[in-house]
Amino acid sequence: MSQQNAASRKRAIALHAVIVPLALIWVFPIWMMVVFATRPDSAIFSPKVLLTPGNRFWENFNLLQDDLNFTRTLFVSVVVAVVYTVLSMILTSMAGWALARYKFHGRIAVVGIILGTMTLPYFVVVIPQFILVARDFGLSNTWVALIVPPLFNSLGVLFMRQAFSMMPAELFDAARIDGVSEWKIFLHVGLPLARPMLAALAIILFLASWNNYLWPLLIANDTSMMTAPVALGSLFGLVDVSWGGIMVGAVLMTAPMLAVFVFLQRFFMAGITAGAVK
Amino acid sequence: MRPRSLTAFGFLAPYLLIFASFWLWPIIYSFYLSFMSTRRLPWTFNPKMTWGRVVQDPAFYNALENTLTILAIQVPVMLFLATLLAVMLNSTLLRARGLIRFAFFAPVVIGEAAYAAVFRLMFNTEFGVINKVIESVGLPPVEWFSNPDAAMALIIMAVTWRWVGYNAIIILAGLQSIPQDVYEAATLDRVSPRQQFLYITLPLLKPVILFCLVLSVIGSMQLFAEPYLITNVGGPGGATETLGLYLYRQAFLNLNFGYASAVAYTIAALAVMISALNLWIGRDKT
Repeated sequence: MSQQNAASRKRAIALHAVIVPLALIWVFPIWMMVVFATRPDSAIFSPKVLLTPGNRFWENFNLLQDDLNFTRTLFVSVVVAVVYTVLSMILTSMAGWALARYKFHGRIAVVGIILGTMTLPYFVVVIPQFILVARDFGLSNTWVALIVPPLFNSLGVLFMRQAFSMMPAELFDAARIDGVSEWKIFLHVGLPLARPMLAALAIILFLASWNNYLWPLLIANDTSMMTAPVALGSLFGLVDVSWGGIMVGAVLMTAPMLAVFVFLQRFFMAGITAGAVK
Repeated sequence: MRPRSLTAFGFLAPYLLIFASFWLWPIIYSFYLSFMSTRRLPWTFNPKMTWGRVVQDPAFYNALENTLTILAIQVPVMLFLATLLAVMLNSTLLRARGLIRFAFFAPVVIGEAAYAAVFRLMFNTEFGVINKVIESVGLPPVEWFSNPDAAMALIIMAVTWRWVGYNAIIILAGLQSIPQDVYEAATLDRVSPRQQFLYITLPLLKPVILFCLVLSVIGSMQLFAEPYLITNVGGPGGATETLGLYLYRQAFLNLNFGYASAVAYTIAALAVMISALNLWIGRDKT
């Protein structure tokens, strides 16, 4: 027995000797984000090695606000992500419900098409999306343009379909016998039962919208309608810009998502692994 | 499940409407566009200006070569690391599990613009902490943003840093779905942990790793934000210009929609071909 203990202690030491340094390398950029955000540019661009946070966060925040109205772009990002998440949850849970609970012609075809789009690069649709929204409708720099075109989401539908098809049919049949309409069965029986899956879906959708870069870059270049990532990226090439300020922006973009990740880890993991569920 | 076509399509309608307007129609329209010369109005049918150009444009081949180089190096390295991490994170011997999971999974929630900013400062040639470390062991500083190979390495490291945790999460879920009694039986039969890993874990993980592989291939073929933000729109001198970036330049800076659509379909075809090849190599040989 003691021999076995010694062996497993050896394995434990080897394990930690590999994973701890790796973990430190992986958190290092996040740590440095905080360091840079709290130091003046004179310290960021100095020959001295800089590894500990300072106390210049608010000064850097003000410099960022001078370079560009970052709080406005955060507001745009929050509104877009919230509305997008709500709308997309409605669309995907309704579609997932239909695909899971009803038999109809074309069901297999619809599922096949949704699966097919997962392997299709976004570039195939982005050009016509842009022509349609920006040129034909003239909707550049509008809320609709930021929110509606990205609404199509294949993973969400497959995830909700999976969630609804795991529920026993008796639950819904009982309601049908009582004469409850299909819409109300969905709303009052199906959706409440799917609450944990909806939470996972909401996190993944919110995150996708929050970090979306290419579409907002194309469709909203007016400073009053820029999302936070696009606004932050637009500062990189400038010569006379506060990098401490840029890092404050990076922290403000990242910190809420890290908090969500830490506190709702279970739902977060469920959302990410949803795609791998066969 | 009951046959109720009307109800079903009622529930599907809003979703299908979005699909038709912003995916189906664009898929068809960009195929049409890929045959049109759009340099001046009116647009004319002229596949020579689009498809004809794709096959002989040196800038396209440069972007293709860069993309395939990133794909060939980054994807295997990342999936190897992700599998290793998943196995280590799944170990019962692991201490401080929560903290260690946080380290690898946190990058998954960080947006490209935010991490691009950090990487630009960390890898700054003169003042960045990475070069200070390199110089401290007596090596010359690396010109991360003006040396083509170094810039490429930087992109590969950044993408790996961002995505390894994502893949590890999926592989970890795959590991945890392997029933524990398989290992108990193997241990009773005196199968060593190394052999258990090679002959039980890896074969059972294969479908999950293939899934990650296909996702990573499609993701790499679409790499855009990293070279746009970290290496100043594909710099130095196009050394990190990916297919995604090239398409962006053609479509949205030069407003050459026809040619860019042909590039888009080429990217799609390549992504499908490489994914199919991976699946074919990884198929169950029975």
